[in-house]
Amino acid sequence: MTALLSVETLSKRFRGLTAVDRVSFAVPAGAIFAVIGPNGAGKTTLFNMIAGALKPDGGTIEFAGRRLDGLPADAVCRRGVARTFQLMRPFPALSVEDNVTVGALLHRHDVEAARARAQTLLLRLDLFDKRHRIATTLTLPDRKRLEVARALATEPRLLLLDEVMAGLRPTETDRMVAILQALNRDGLTILLIEHVMRAVMALASHVLVLDHGTAIAEGAPERVVRDPAVVQSYLGAEPM
Amino acid sequence: MIARLTAGVSRRAAVALALLSAALLIAPWVVNDYLLTILILILYFAYTGQAWNIMMGFAGQLSLGHALYIGLGGYVAATLFTRFGVAPWLGLLAAMPVAALCGAIVGYLAFRFGVTGVYFAILTIAFAEFARIGFDHWDFVNATSGLFLPVKQYTHNDLWRLRGDPTMFYYVILAATAAALLLCQLLIRSRTGYFWRAIREDERAARAVGVDAFRYKMIAVMVSAAVTAFAGVFYAFFYNNLFPEQVFSLPRSIEIILGPVIGGIGTLFGPILGAFVLTGLAETLNSALTAFGVDLPGVTQVFYGLCLLIVIAALPDGVWPPLARRLGLSEDKK
Repeated sequence: MTALLSVETLSKRFRGLTAVDRVSFAVPAGAIFAVIGPNGAGKTTLFNMIAGALKPDGGTIEFAGRRLDGLPADAVCRRGVARTFQLMRPFPALSVEDNVTVGALLHRHDVEAARARAQTLLLRLDLFDKRHRIATTLTLPDRKRLEVARALATEPRLLLLDEVMAGLRPTETDRMVAILQALNRDGLTILLIEHVMRAVMALASHVLVLDHGTAIAEGAPERVVRDPAVVQSYLGAEPM
Repeated sequence: MIARLTAGVSRRAAVALALLSAALLIAPWVVNDYLLTILILILYFAYTGQAWNIMMGFAGQLSLGHALYIGLGGYVAATLFTRFGVAPWLGLLAAMPVAALCGAIVGYLAFRFGVTGVYFAILTIAFAEFARIGFDHWDFVNATSGLFLPVKQYTHNDLWRLRGDPTMFYYVILAATAAALLLCQLLIRSRTGYFWRAIREDERAARAVGVDAFRYKMIAVMVSAAVTAFAGVFYAFFYNNLFPEQVFSLPRSIEIILGPVIGGIGTLFGPILGAFVLTGLAETLNSALTAFGVDLPGVTQVFYGLCLLIVIAALPDGVWPPLARRLGLSEDKK
């Protein structure tokens, strides 16, 4: 399998603090790749550098054979990398359908065609019946799925998910897991930052563990969760 | 295109709009000269409010210096007319690009260097002030002495050269306001309109779905400036004089935004309703005071201030959205 996304010795410093320290990894095409680690490990910084929200201080990001690092967020999305926000950022006063239509307009010039595409996605994410609601009136689980729908509307090859399970109840987590698995089966590569181990174990084919900005373990999820360094820094004594 | 023109307009709203249009079309035969002048003023503010709304209401970029584009439009067309005999409609073809270019300069400086929100608004004021001071010292346009258009008794209305009686000017500004309304209806439902609203709601989220925020904000400023320039041309040919101190001044810019703020920012009909409410009430107040022999300088401004206070406190979305709901004329959610 060739790597769709490869990150090489990527670093980011905030004043004296090295948030991400020479992290390297590769996400194969078709994978579901999870980045886990304790709070402050540098996951979100790493994520924001890939998404173009932050400029790296060192290292490279390559996507589908082209350099991605240093590009602004909108250019990153146009290359085929879409993201969600951990603290959801729907367009507040717009309807659910219009939120997704904006994304679908990226590669479509006809508004009606984009609207049709948005409706297809809303059906898939169980939001079709709420499509005329104003985005801010949705419940948290619905807003999480709206984030995913809007990102998918831009037709990404790689979907970046920032703690998309956070705050979901177990049944809702399972629903999201099923949706993401189905998307993955259709060929979408997914990189997720996640705290909810239940979802990580169910979804991920690869796991990267960050701690204090450095990668301390990488591999298949079953193996990584038994790694003593990971248990000590992140999972603690909690039985899996 | 045609479908988009009528999209989101309910049958009831279409009927209401048709009735209003009919009333405005026959108005010159019914009202006296004084009322006609007031109607011209109202439509002028409806038009400029609509133009300003493209930038603020649609794309979320607050301009407090739209007098810049009024002044530029007026000066370009009036100078071409008085010096070279160029008809105002041809002058408009020069005025609109000039205004759009200046809008592009303001926009480029702000958007490229991350000047946003209040700071952006201050920058727009600064540019209008630059223009005011610059024109005050520019002899080619008669500096502080002002630019005057030749006025004489016209035996007939010359629409091509915009020389004629108030009735002609009334129909010109009425047609322009209708055209601006149609343009806004097309724009807000276009791909660009969707991107503008996305930027207005959350620029970072808009960029995350691939919207080139810089580009679309530039388009908003340039379109808004170009549309506003026509109001400047109209102003110059209606009043027949231009003074930098007047056309480029901050109060001119504020006047423009009052209509949409009162009527409802980001709505299609808000700027029009706002202009009717505000100018209508202010003029009623003025004539009432005159009738009672009371002379209070600045009373209009105080009245505007009160209107703003009341609307912002009681109806923060403006008068139009709740009124439209009550009348069953609601626009689709923008």
